Amino acid sequence: MKSDRIKFLVFALVVLLMPLPLSGGYLTNVLIFVGINSVLALGLNLLLGYAGQISLGQAAFFGLGAYGSGVLTTAYGLNPWLAMIAVAVCVALFAFAIGFPVLRLKGHYLAMATLGVGVIVNIAFNETVDLTGGPSGLSGIPNLSIGSLTFDSDLKNYYLVWVFALGMILLSLNLVNSRFGRGLRAIHDSEVAARVMGVNARLMKVQVFTLSAFMSAIMGSLYCHVMTFISPNSFGFHFSVELLTMIVIGGLGSVYGSILGALLLTMLPEMLRTFQDYDIIVYGLLLITMTIYLPGGLVEGIPALFRRLVPAKKVTEGSDA
Amino acid sequence: MLSLNGIGKRFGGLTALEGISFNVGKGSITGIIGPNGAGKTTLFNVATGIYPPSCGAVLLEGKDISKLPPEGRARLGLVRTFQNIELFGKMTVLENVMVGLHTQSSSGLFACSFRMPWQMSEEKRIRARAMELLDFVGIPELAEVQAGTLSFGKGRLLEIARAMALEPKLLLMDEPAAGLNSSETAELADLIKKIRDLGVTVALVEHDMDLVMDICDQLVVLNLGTMLAEGTPRQIQDNPAVITAYLGEE
Amino acid sequence: MELLNQVTQFVISGLATGSIYALIGLSFAIIFNSTGIINFAQGEFVMLGGVLTIFSLNVLHLPLLAAILVAVAVTTVIGLVFERLAIRPLKNATPLMLIIITIGASILIRGLVMLLWGKDTQALPAFSGTDPISVAGATLLPQHLWIFGVTVLVIIGCRLFFNHTISGKAMRACSFNRRAANLVGISVGRMVLFSFVISAAVGALAGVIIAPLTMTAYDVGVMLGLKGFCAAIMGGMGSGLGTVLGGLILGTLESLGAGLISSGYKDAIAFFILLLILFIRPQGLFKKGETERV
Repeated sequence: MKSDRIKFLVFALVVLLMPLPLSGGYLTNVLIFVGINSVLALGLNLLLGYAGQISLGQAAFFGLGAYGSGVLTTAYGLNPWLAMIAVAVCVALFAFAIGFPVLRLKGHYLAMATLGVGVIVNIAFNETVDLTGGPSGLSGIPNLSIGSLTFDSDLKNYYLVWVFALGMILLSLNLVNSRFGRGLRAIHDSEVAARVMGVNARLMKVQVFTLSAFMSAIMGSLYCHVMTFISPNSFGFHFSVELLTMIVIGGLGSVYGSILGALLLTMLPEMLRTFQDYDIIVYGLLLITMTIYLPGGLVEGIPALFRRLVPAKKVTEGSDA
Repeated sequence: MLSLNGIGKRFGGLTALEGISFNVGKGSITGIIGPNGAGKTTLFNVATGIYPPSCGAVLLEGKDISKLPPEGRARLGLVRTFQNIELFGKMTVLENVMVGLHTQSSSGLFACSFRMPWQMSEEKRIRARAMELLDFVGIPELAEVQAGTLSFGKGRLLEIARAMALEPKLLLMDEPAAGLNSSETAELADLIKKIRDLGVTVALVEHDMDLVMDICDQLVVLNLGTMLAEGTPRQIQDNPAVITAYLGEE
Repeated sequence: MELLNQVTQFVISGLATGSIYALIGLSFAIIFNSTGIINFAQGEFVMLGGVLTIFSLNVLHLPLLAAILVAVAVTTVIGLVFERLAIRPLKNATPLMLIIITIGASILIRGLVMLLWGKDTQALPAFSGTDPISVAGATLLPQHLWIFGVTVLVIIGCRLFFNHTISGKAMRACSFNRRAANLVGISVGRMVLFSFVISAAVGALAGVIIAPLTMTAYDVGVMLGLKGFCAAIMGGMGSGLGTVLGGLILGTLESLGAGLISSGYKDAIAFFILLLILFIRPQGLFKKGETERV
């Protein structure tokens, strides 16, 4: 319990001090997106890694958040903060409503249904040209501001995004180590047994689905104000798969794993500029090899590797069988 | 306590159960026995709500619960264990029991994520109660072990602790002695009696005749999906129909 | 009269794409029935069929028939390798792991094709010219006839294979009860491999015959795969007539919807139908009974 608190404080401190050595450079910009992707991955991980329910349509909730805020602030001139809250609540309600029929499905069928929702939403972004600008995107979205402080530089946006991200990470950490989180993990391990224990599996699955949609929508709003320009391509099936790859790499069922995965997968393409569109080859290979050889992700794999490389002196070989 | 009235269950064209009616008396230990394929596990699943019955009704303390899902029945005090032990393998032993205390706590999504004070004290209470239950079944030292790594015998004890966490009025056990060695079975018999002494009614489906004859007050014999006999262990032992059913199978 | 002609036209082209969906749906069902896996890389087999034929034709300068055979053969080998490298090594795989792995395979194949042949959309010449045939005021392309013909042949072929050959019967046995099949001496592992091979071949063939009509590129697999899945779901995941009907209905509805309502939402129509069916009748349109959800 206490060590969890300390771990989070150290993490938060690292995040908050990070920009100092970077002095607002290019890396700060990349780290903004690490923050956004961390929360998106975390939302998916609560659903998939904890409750065991897959979603291939997470990008849609992210997109709805971004477009909701984008349209409300540009076309209707709504206060961005107000728009953010309104949009997040609407997206959560939408997720709650479709959650009941969608989450009655299991496994492959659930994957297909969430994928279907994602594709339909993406088509809507492309086709409602009057509202969203269609494939050419929506531009001129204002930056967020508090009083006279406008979030218009990478450094300011870094703190903006990461304050939100840290908040959501803390809440998620609380959640997974509570009655609710235990219920989710129980559903994952054996839904029948969980229901016999009186866990309302149907409702809890919808609740966590709604929560992940809410988190994604908030990040979508932040994204659109940071970027000031959005287009449907950022919210397609490809991005949903990218989020999936992040948590598979980082570690299913691990809060910090989600962040690690988001960090790696956001930094990697930036480091390897030459890869460009071919990053999907890397994602594909990672998804397959990780699932086969390291299903626990890096958060489990790295400590395991350490143990193997630095053989504890007390434990001699063969005694760990 | 629990009454089954004319229960029938068909899977497609196959009739698994037909015309099953009996009562489980309050405070008793009732055994349901029968040769392989007699329909014991199916009956169990109907009673606990995994399958709806094709006809007939399941009554708990006179209330019709035939249409309730498993979680609804659990809230009313009807709790089961599984033949193949369905533990939450990736969670610790203590957490497994804490899931069993789910119905005895109420913190939801918001209270949990914001760590409301009442949620924290509830968490403390649940944890203490879970430890008590591990003490009751005799495995408090395993609290922080991952449940998936337990031996079958210890897993069975954990499953019983978890079931007891729901404060059952009626505990249904599906072949509790399956996979246990003789000393573990003896421990189990003591534990089941201890549970009955707490005022919990117990019904179990079981193959182990010695165990059943030792602990049960009342027996129900199934064969080929129908009821063959009902009575005290002594009456059943002397029942010719039961003897033929068992010998005929060999 | 004008409208009627239009509708006939939409129905004809809808039936043609519907046949393709039916074939893809069949290829989904073949794997699903012997393994319980929904292969998310199925659409990539379809894409490979088209892309490889164009490659064999334009770069290797093979005659059309040979090019098609090469494309189908290579795709089949890819299906085989995929099963060996990604599916076989998994012991006690959960559905979740299988979904993630097949998605991984899907984007891997897509990425490699993009790397090798670029992102351009390419067309395969029609098999026997493009002179339209006039039927009841609507025009039918020779390629449509090819599609109908090949579809019928594949369906008959599958029927014969599953009902009248030892391997086919063994695969059906696996789909009913894997353990029992194993007990009577059927090698379940081999049947799984078979199912991937046949499924890849059927998928590739579908990709070949649709390529002249719709053009092809590295990324067409996603949509085609999903619509094929939709057809299979409508048919209740069986490898029989249900899936074929599902494909034809889907193709026709989509074509009518695109023509009469809005072409931009063409793909959305298919997914809308998919969701409706999953929510209301997950056991398929034509099956009765069973309330169990898979």
